[in-house]
Amino acid sequence: MSAPRPGLDLSLLPDGGVRWLDASGPNSDVVISTRIRLARNVSGYAFTGRAREGERLRMLAQVRDALTGVPSLSGSLLLRLEDLPVVDRQLLHERHLVSKELAGLDPQHPVRSGAAVFLGESVGLLVNEEDHLRLQALRSGFAVSQAFEGVNRLDRELGVQVPYAFHREFGFLTACPTNAGTGLRASVLIHLPGLVLTKEIGKVLAGLQQMGLTYRGLYGEGSEVVGNFFQLSNQTTLGRSEEELQDLLVRVVRHVIEREEEARRVLVRDAGYIIEDKLWRAYGTLRYARSLSFDEAMNYLSGVRLAVGLKLITGLSVYTLNKLLIFAQSAHLAHLEGRVLTDSEANLARAKYVRQVLVSEGGGVE
Amino acid sequence: MLCDNCKERDAVVHLTRIVDNAVSQLHLCEKCAAAKGVETTLSVPQHPLGDILQAVQQQAATTSEDAAACTFCGATARDFRASGRLGCPHCYDAMERSLRELLRRLHGSSRHVGQRYETPVTHVVDKPDTLHDLRDRLRRAIENEQFEVAAELRDRIRTLETETV
Repeated sequence: MSAPRPGLDLSLLPDGGVRWLDASGPNSDVVISTRIRLARNVSGYAFTGRAREGERLRMLAQVRDALTGVPSLSGSLLLRLEDLPVVDRQLLHERHLVSKELAGLDPQHPVRSGAAVFLGESVGLLVNEEDHLRLQALRSGFAVSQAFEGVNRLDRELGVQVPYAFHREFGFLTACPTNAGTGLRASVLIHLPGLVLTKEIGKVLAGLQQMGLTYRGLYGEGSEVVGNFFQLSNQTTLGRSEEELQDLLVRVVRHVIEREEEARRVLVRDAGYIIEDKLWRAYGTLRYARSLSFDEAMNYLSGVRLAVGLKLITGLSVYTLNKLLIFAQSAHLAHLEGRVLTDSEANLARAKYVRQVLVSEGGGVE
Repeated sequence: MLCDNCKERDAVVHLTRIVDNAVSQLHLCEKCAAAKGVETTLSVPQHPLGDILQAVQQQAATTSEDAAACTFCGATARDFRASGRLGCPHCYDAMERSLRELLRRLHGSSRHVGQRYETPVTHVVDKPDTLHDLRDRLRRAIENEQFEVAAELRDRIRTLETETV
């Protein structure tokens, strides 16, 4: 049997689901995006992991019916994950629109019936994830309060239509006690090449863990750090208010941004030409390579992004760099090519795509 | 009176048996009655699993929170330890004490200080359980060998079925 062809019509996604990539937000050269999610469960059902298929489907139907009274998701697109081939589910995951668990990308945990996502403008609602509902908002750059505003509005609208499981003492109840209370996880996707190159990153990461924050890779939980991109988020969800959790993240991330800027100044001061040569080589590889693995592409992109931040390379926009970060991933390349690709085919397609973008959008690079 | 079977626990189930016109009495404790699958109520179970459920229902509930099953989803503290996930919102009540401790360890506090939530007026009463809901819960309880929970669910299904006939 041949692998199913990618079929998801990306034009159906509001803003392509990637407005958060447009680099319009604050500090967007360092902070790619801000995401806030709220975990909620609908009372009257077992949590997703214990629910039977019928319960998951009835809960989904209840939520779908309730959305007529939820303006934040009016005109949203409903995607049933079980109906999509793996390449399309992966594409949604690469765009950070669904979690790995909901997309069923882990061979040991295939997509479950009733897994669905409602995609609205800059907000989304994941249904039958580890919790019944995961409300999320994504914003460009370092925009914690704006992201919270979006997800909080959705939460208030939805909470009137659907009864949430709430406990007087423990707050919003979640399948895993690590999310109970506010159910709020606020995270920023941040690029920290300066701290990595100056070997300061270990201290910074240890420090933020002491402050109650944690770090992960590009795709959140369980993912590895590639290309010096880190996801920083609050560790705890209970015992602090939503505002306190946001304030904590804002305070710590501001400090991390300052440390990163300082590290970049040190790099230019102490290793000016070495850094300049290294970053231009990264650009040269991306501009001319014929085969690029994902990790390779991410590492060179990290170099070029740093060069743009240091104004060593001009004529390339942060938006273009963000686009390369997301669109050079396997499922996106498969969509571009209109077929499922093997790893080596994806490496060729990736190099071709990166070259084309750098030629068409980076013509004035110097 | 001690159980005729184990001779250890108090007999609480008293049976009159008629075999070949000979009448005999059998006095059993809850556990032995359950083990023998004894039907102890007057109602005749309609559910195929009725006998087992009815018998096990007689078992004395285990006192420790550890083995006690959540009455809604049948999950136990043991299940939680194995999977790291609770079964349903009611598990927070069923395992309240140990969860409070765990939440304190995880978050440094067990008291939610964030936004409060009031269940919308139209949903104040838990949504009435449908037969679908109850049957799904019954199947889950049986799969997990939570027979006490299953027995209760079976009774509710019967009641609901009678009402709808």
